[in-house]
Amino acid sequence: MKVPVSWLQDFVDITLPISELAEKLTFSGLEVEDLEYIGIASPFQEGIKGTSLAWDRDKIFVAQLVETLPHPNADRLKIVRVEYGRGEPVQMVTGAPNIQIGDAGQKVVLALEGSRLYDGHKEGREIMTLKKSKIRGVESSSMVCSEKELGISEEHEGIIILPADAPVGTPLADYLGDVVLDIKINPNFARAQSVLGVARQIAALTGQAVRLPQHWNTQEVGAPKTDFVSIEIADPKLCPRFSALLIRNVEIKSSPYWMQVRLLRAGMRPINNVVDITNYVMLGYGKPLHAFDYDALVARANGNAPTIHVRPAREGETMQTLDGQMRAFSAHDILVTDAQGPVGIGGIMGGSETEVSDNTKNVLLESAIFDFISIRRTTQEQKLPSEAATRFGRGIPSSQNVAPARLAADLMRQLANGSVHPALADNYPLPQMVPTIHVTTHEVKRILGIELAPTEIERILQSLDFEINEASADALRVTPPDYRTDVDGADDVLEEIISIHGYDKIPSTLIADALPPLKGNDALEQEEAARDVLVDAGLQEIVTLSFTYPAHEASLRPTSNSETGSPQDFPLPARPYVEIANPISPERSVLRQTLLPNMLDIAASNLRYANRAAFFEIGNVFLTRRAGENDSRELPEDQAFSLPLEPRRLAIILTGPRARATWQPADTTPMDFFDLKGIVEDMLAGLHVRDADFTPIAHPMLFPGRAAALCIGDSTVGVFGELHPLVRANWALPEHAVLVGEFDLDAILARTDARFIVKPISRYPVIVQDIAVLVDEQVEAARVQALIVQTGGALLNSVKLFDVYRGAPLPSGKKSLAYTLTFQALDHVLSDVEAGKLREKIVRRLEREVGAELRSG
Amino acid sequence: MNESAHELQARALAQLDSIWDNAQLNAWRIEYIGRKGAVNTLFEQINTLPKEERGAFGKTANEVKTTLENAFHAREGAIKQRELSEALEAEPLDVTLPGRRPARGRIHPATQTLREIYKIFGEMGFQVYRTRQVETDLVNFQLLNIPEHHPARDNWSTFYVAGSDQRVLLRPHTSPGQIRVMRENFPNPIRAILPGLCYRYEQISARYEIQFNQVEGLVVGHHITFGDLKGTLTEFARRMFGERPVRFYADHFPFTEPSAQMDVKCIICEGAGCALCKYTGWLEILGSGMVHPTVLRNGGYDPDVWSGFAFGMGPERITMLKHGITDIRYFWGNDLRFLEQF
Repeated sequence: MKVPVSWLQDFVDITLPISELAEKLTFSGLEVEDLEYIGIASPFQEGIKGTSLAWDRDKIFVAQLVETLPHPNADRLKIVRVEYGRGEPVQMVTGAPNIQIGDAGQKVVLALEGSRLYDGHKEGREIMTLKKSKIRGVESSSMVCSEKELGISEEHEGIIILPADAPVGTPLADYLGDVVLDIKINPNFARAQSVLGVARQIAALTGQAVRLPQHWNTQEVGAPKTDFVSIEIADPKLCPRFSALLIRNVEIKSSPYWMQVRLLRAGMRPINNVVDITNYVMLGYGKPLHAFDYDALVARANGNAPTIHVRPAREGETMQTLDGQMRAFSAHDILVTDAQGPVGIGGIMGGSETEVSDNTKNVLLESAIFDFISIRRTTQEQKLPSEAATRFGRGIPSSQNVAPARLAADLMRQLANGSVHPALADNYPLPQMVPTIHVTTHEVKRILGIELAPTEIERILQSLDFEINEASADALRVTPPDYRTDVDGADDVLEEIISIHGYDKIPSTLIADALPPLKGNDALEQEEAARDVLVDAGLQEIVTLSFTYPAHEASLRPTSNSETGSPQDFPLPARPYVEIANPISPERSVLRQTLLPNMLDIAASNLRYANRAAFFEIGNVFLTRRAGENDSRELPEDQAFSLPLEPRRLAIILTGPRARATWQPADTTPMDFFDLKGIVEDMLAGLHVRDADFTPIAHPMLFPGRAAALCIGDSTVGVFGELHPLVRANWALPEHAVLVGEFDLDAILARTDARFIVKPISRYPVIVQDIAVLVDEQVEAARVQALIVQTGGALLNSVKLFDVYRGAPLPSGKKSLAYTLTFQALDHVLSDVEAGKLREKIVRRLEREVGAELRSG
Repeated sequence: MNESAHELQARALAQLDSIWDNAQLNAWRIEYIGRKGAVNTLFEQINTLPKEERGAFGKTANEVKTTLENAFHAREGAIKQRELSEALEAEPLDVTLPGRRPARGRIHPATQTLREIYKIFGEMGFQVYRTRQVETDLVNFQLLNIPEHHPARDNWSTFYVAGSDQRVLLRPHTSPGQIRVMRENFPNPIRAILPGLCYRYEQISARYEIQFNQVEGLVVGHHITFGDLKGTLTEFARRMFGERPVRFYADHFPFTEPSAQMDVKCIICEGAGCALCKYTGWLEILGSGMVHPTVLRNGGYDPDVWSGFAFGMGPERITMLKHGITDIRYFWGNDLRFLEQF
């Protein structure tokens, strides 16, 4: 909300430098987001927002046209002579279309040679300095200025014509200079939605009283039925008060310059005097008003005094609003109607048929209060935000309904020559409730942590216009002022006290209260441990969006008909999506059920300039619940909604050369299945997960024969392998292996063993023996290894596969697996005989169980 | 025998003088002082000499042997010394060539800041709680003292779940966790932080993302005051941003009253005014306040007996301030050129 300081000064003295005032307001809850200096120097550096041209007091003046003569050499130009109360009139050339040859007496703005002004002929705001010059042979070193040249507005069609009473010779900075505060109004500051409201806060902060207009606090009440209008209200909750005044014989014209300047500075465009006055009262005093063309209402009532009926809309009812749009309404919209139908949307916008036009003679001025919830709903549905709707939407006190209307009517008398009908039409079925609040020094101490004497509390609250009903040594009973609809409890009063007392005056303390029982968060700590293990394995953590769209995730299935069942439905469950009702775009229309698609996007975008990606992400997916699936942390209130499950997943993507190419030799062969498997193994080892197994699977997103499931116990907790070439093509990834895996992190972390048992280390020498066995291609290496380990028992210290060989001279369909076996005993020196026997036993077992044939060793 | 022992010695030493090579040195050794070398041959001549000359000859031969052996060892040492010097001078590396860097992974910057926050509050006795991201309007708004159609709702541009009639939503802040933590912990006092992803309907720009982390804090006890709020958050700011002034002033949140904004003195300009702090000299870090009595009551705690404070901050914003990042889209863009700088 824009608040000109010159307007504030109507209500309160500004006793502080503006920047200090802005800080005080901000600290008290009225955040000054920006300061705009108009024509006066800003104390801040050049270049920041809120700084603008300062009008030089020695060069730019309020002046008066002495005469306007034709230019001897140009038809479109004129020579003007201007006086500004110092010496001889100044002569210059102007092309302004709004002064004519022969004009004299107009008040204008004169800028002398050397003045710094904005260049009127350039886009935006570019500063120039007025130099001695001749225009078509006529000396012209000064200028009569346009609003654009002064930075008042973008207007450059003509020069400024100031009001007739503008004081000639006064520096313009003193006459039109200003600072505009741009204030953010939080919902608890509904009372500050006007210049007067901000002035009240300044008064409280600087120990002054505000200057209110005469009769402001007169509680005038009228009758619903008058000779010019009758007012009926269907539901007092929707419209607690509706008042109207009649102003006859208005003369519609432009409003005076001072009013136009104020409206512009507060951010509204001037329209005509009647409309401007309603806006002026709203901006200045916080009360939205609406002006009807009274004769249009009378015509709709067949020449009789109209009856205004405020009621909920009937379903499907329509009206053309004054922005020219035909709008349809539903039962929660509040309409202002007459016998013919709607003439306005309560508090939001009037109808076009009854709007004030250039021909309007008589004005019915509406001042009403509408239910703020209904107003907010209608504003959003009709997409009709306005200054009035914003103010109504935060709540406006109904006790202060008539005084602003009287003020506006009086302005119409002065500025539009109207005559105000003395009667007040006023229907006030629901008087405003004014609460009484009990505040104790104990409560101040308990919540704010400070000791405040009741007299000090009293002083603060009185500065905010609270009424003190009763005061004792340790308690007060107070009533908030009637313009405060936001204060209804002791907590609200504490906020008032601290905002005036000052947040900075509260001493910082350390919590003295008992420490709660410490429980730790195992799930988080394990998750962070998993991150560390994966980072140690060389992976970069990424975090992608939780949003996606169904087709994006479906791209993980190379063909549309490959519907799958368990365990292949991991990570692609056939569940309905958690769908967003108001998505930001079609690509972000649902919550993800799998991490991989968004991660593949990130891999693809990085691979445009990098040749390697090694990523992991740990995050939640969102699964609509199936029958029987429960959330253990659910509140009773949640049960009505079947909120989605949010399990944690881990996913990994690897692609590109194994090592980064450098100036020295490096292993730049593309990463393959076993790079990913190694990372998975490393992670399981690092997290001490027991009983993990890898089994070959067929999976729609993975390359056949290069896919595995990670199983713990009986359950599949993840799938990984090489991405299917058709899926890879869906992401337009480079044509080499992309390894992907997605894992149920909750299931994996549930199996970590924090208290794993450490094996003792032997002091005795080891015996190392190699064996190579020939087996059928189908025999899994894991099975051979398991048999060796099992047979070797406690004395077999380690088994390492060091070679896998196929091809000549081996028969086809066979492979050779070569292992290094390390034997060692914990309690004695192992003999070659012992080791030899064990080795023999292992070979026999392999021959028997997998048809192995000893090749060598 | 036509060469005297002294002549032999002179010849051998002259020859040795030019030897700077281990192979030649070895050949020299064999030739002169080896088992079948010239010195031993000299000793063999003794028997052919008259008895009276044998003593002197033997003495001379021994002297020659000792001289030559010493010369040999001296030269052997000198060659080693020269080889070492040569080796030390040979093939200096271009130490400006890049080193072999291990392929290290990194934690995402948002996670790094979250960890820093966990650590600071952890040391002050705060526990980490995480609660659900898909929330109900009831917990996210109504139980936090924000009734339906309340004007404060404008502050949260919320995504709603389809088919829920706006009763289920993506949490736009971590504050609903306050209710869940209170319900879980009653009647114990609480000192908790609640990190997690939040979502808002925003036009994505350098300043706004539709997804962001937030860390909520909640303290509930029997004697918790606004002074405690200031003390705790001042300590956090000191740990996170170093020794620099902080300030608290009025703000508004429906679930706290009174509410306060905390700023720290700008970490770039120290208050002089710069682009980072928009020439205010201060950086907005977090919003906070005393838990509203209605919220305490909705969490199960009697506001006449219990009091508390709450706060909320944005880890991405803190990361941006600390590292001069001007575009919030970098975080979920996950460009390696960004990530690898951390």
